[in-house]
Amino acid sequence: MSSGLYNVSKNDFDKTFDPKAVRAYGDTMNDGKVQLSFTLPVKNDEKGAEAARLLARKMGIGDPSVVYRQTLDEAFTFYIVYGSCVHSVDYTSIQVLEVETETMDMEAVNEYIRRNIGRKVVVIGASTGTDAHTVGIDAIMNRKGFAGHYGLERYEMIEAYNLGSQVTNEEFVQKARELHADVLLVSQTVTQKDVHIKNLTDLVELLEAEGLRSRVVLCCGGARITHELAKELGYDAGFGAGKYADDVATFAVTEMVARGLGKK
Amino acid sequence: MQSKLSLDQGLIEQARASARFVAEDVQSYIDLHTTVAVERAVCRLLGIDGVNADGVPLPNVVVDLLTEKGVLGQGAAWWLGGVMAETGLSPQEIAQEASLGKLDLTAPVGADADGIERALDAPVRAAMEKIAARRRRREQFIASHGGEKQGPWLYLIVATGNIYEDIVQAKAAARQGADVIAVIRTTGQSLLDYVPFGATTEGFGGTYATQENFRLMRAALDEVGEQEGRYIRLCNYCSGLCMPEIAAMGALEGLDVMLNDALYGILFRDINMKRTLVDQYFSRVINGYAGVVINTGEDNYLTTADAVEEAHTVLASQFLNEQFALMAGLPEEQMGLGHAFEISPDIKNGFLFELAQAQMAREIFPRAPLKYMPPTKFMTGNIFRGHVQDALFNITTILTGQKIHLLGMLTEAIHTPFMSDRALSIENAQYIFRTMADLGSELEFKKGGIIQTRAAEVLQKAAGLLREIEDLGMFQTLEKGIFADIRRPQDGGKGLSGVVPKQPGYINPFIPLMKGGWQA
Repeated sequence: MSSGLYNVSKNDFDKTFDPKAVRAYGDTMNDGKVQLSFTLPVKNDEKGAEAARLLARKMGIGDPSVVYRQTLDEAFTFYIVYGSCVHSVDYTSIQVLEVETETMDMEAVNEYIRRNIGRKVVVIGASTGTDAHTVGIDAIMNRKGFAGHYGLERYEMIEAYNLGSQVTNEEFVQKARELHADVLLVSQTVTQKDVHIKNLTDLVELLEAEGLRSRVVLCCGGARITHELAKELGYDAGFGAGKYADDVATFAVTEMVARGLGKK
Repeated sequence: MQSKLSLDQGLIEQARASARFVAEDVQSYIDLHTTVAVERAVCRLLGIDGVNADGVPLPNVVVDLLTEKGVLGQGAAWWLGGVMAETGLSPQEIAQEASLGKLDLTAPVGADADGIERALDAPVRAAMEKIAARRRRREQFIASHGGEKQGPWLYLIVATGNIYEDIVQAKAAARQGADVIAVIRTTGQSLLDYVPFGATTEGFGGTYATQENFRLMRAALDEVGEQEGRYIRLCNYCSGLCMPEIAAMGALEGLDVMLNDALYGILFRDINMKRTLVDQYFSRVINGYAGVVINTGEDNYLTTADAVEEAHTVLASQFLNEQFALMAGLPEEQMGLGHAFEISPDIKNGFLFELAQAQMAREIFPRAPLKYMPPTKFMTGNIFRGHVQDALFNITTILTGQKIHLLGMLTEAIHTPFMSDRALSIENAQYIFRTMADLGSELEFKKGGIIQTRAAEVLQKAAGLLREIEDLGMFQTLEKGIFADIRRPQDGGKGLSGVVPKQPGYINPFIPLMKGGWQA
């Protein structure tokens, strides 16, 4: 009924792309179509469905349609909702902080280190705090790497130490000192209630207190990390999904040189 | 069972013999040692529970006192039995008095071995009977509710950090169809050298394993099990520095499934290998007696190493886990040997490899309730593709008869599951298990085709690796990083100081009784 499937009447919105007012796209420019799903802690009945529609409206979804609802438990219901989001964004005014280095491959990084630093670069990485997941740091550091990008352990000019998971910030900093690390990589994979933010901030504070912060390149990574968030927390860079060892290595070594770290 | 893979039976026997040799070699080390965790487990089984004024668990207090005196090598039971013989106090009373400094555990010298044994008889029997009663209760519940479920058990996790919130989620999951509920443990607990006490409401990515939390969840699942008319199994983590203690707690509180790997802690938590190998033994003796199904952790190898290249390390480790478990008297029917669906979706015919490997595990360990883990490494945040990956994983299970089926979540790699993620996941699995219920028995694999060839290859490499391990011995194998690409030094890692050589006259009264299948 509200799906529009049999609706041949003309839609009355402007169908030209406007970069100053970009809307979500379903199958027609500016139709604003979005899908969302959520659970409400209420019984699965008409009243619950209306609650879901009302909530969607409050989210800026015009003409919300509950296409599916399912009982999860006595007083929990799952809803799938479609509708048109009334909001738009001005695409032309967006500024995004991104790591702005052209990524070099493994050989190019090695060569860059030989020329500009002239010794092996020491990189230590860990999944810190209570995080037991090593998948992120392993993808960057393990020899085999991930998705065809070799890990830092394979780089001839990098001495890589993967400290694994559940490393406390204190241990991490101590290791950094012991190994004379040039680059510190911190991974945060699974987090609950934003515990990763506190953990990442604590590390920066600890490094500053120890007088190490200015002497190292500090990067963090993880599914929920963006470069912008990393900068905000006091890191030199942040690497989210779709970033590999070569992205990290390129940034780290060029940053070292730019900051005059690791002189011969 | 008719082999679909035409596996080389001689090669399977050879691999098994190699693993047996390795396990026997390690057992000769185990038999000469005990650990602080083993002795704390003995204390718990003898009825010592609770904490002192500083919040230190009483089993730790007793074992620490004995360690300070340098006499732990006799076994906690020996000293407790001695005090009991002399004073007539119960182990709990002794622990309380000792924690207050009112009693010296090592003072009595009057009792001889026979006197100690007599003194221990009542509390030992009480513990054995309590565990046996738990086991009977489970078996009777299942028998009176239509018998054991055929087909895969749906295994779901709850991970809120708060036991009371976990209970809400667990009940919902059980009502939706879960057969096994695993309460994910808070990260970091594996490295605690004590078990926290009481109900807990804070944790990171999971909830503390405590005896009270075990009890609360077991009661909740019994309640929902009665309503649903089927038994809901409870799973926790018998791993880390407190392996045998958690086994004891689980046995006393009626847990059904325990993650309990012989090597996992060494590789993934950097726990000292000697410590873990001694600890795993007693933990498995307890699990064996309690009728607890153990889950081994081979699936984890594939999250760090490549699932195609390293598939044979999974099989080799399954052979080893099997032999270590048999050493502890844990029967095959309780061995949830682990493996996982972790081949990259980009690999051509990857699904055929998964099918080959799953069928291979099924045929090599025909009686084991295999634990099969869903894709995690290549879950990207694209929940729509993720749901398809999980569907392929579900298909593999139903075609190859995996038993403990850990449901994949479409939101893997994003967050711990929402209630709705769990429901979608169950729906996905139930649909596939229903619509393809008997497809496996209709299928045969082409002779010399991709699937048979793949299985033969993995078996060949696993048998070769086990030969190599037979020459190296377990300790050196771990030092060389053969499993999961992780190297561990023999005397490195956490918990080595808790390993103690047994002294003449050492006793652990539970091991012979439990291994003998003691009946009340």
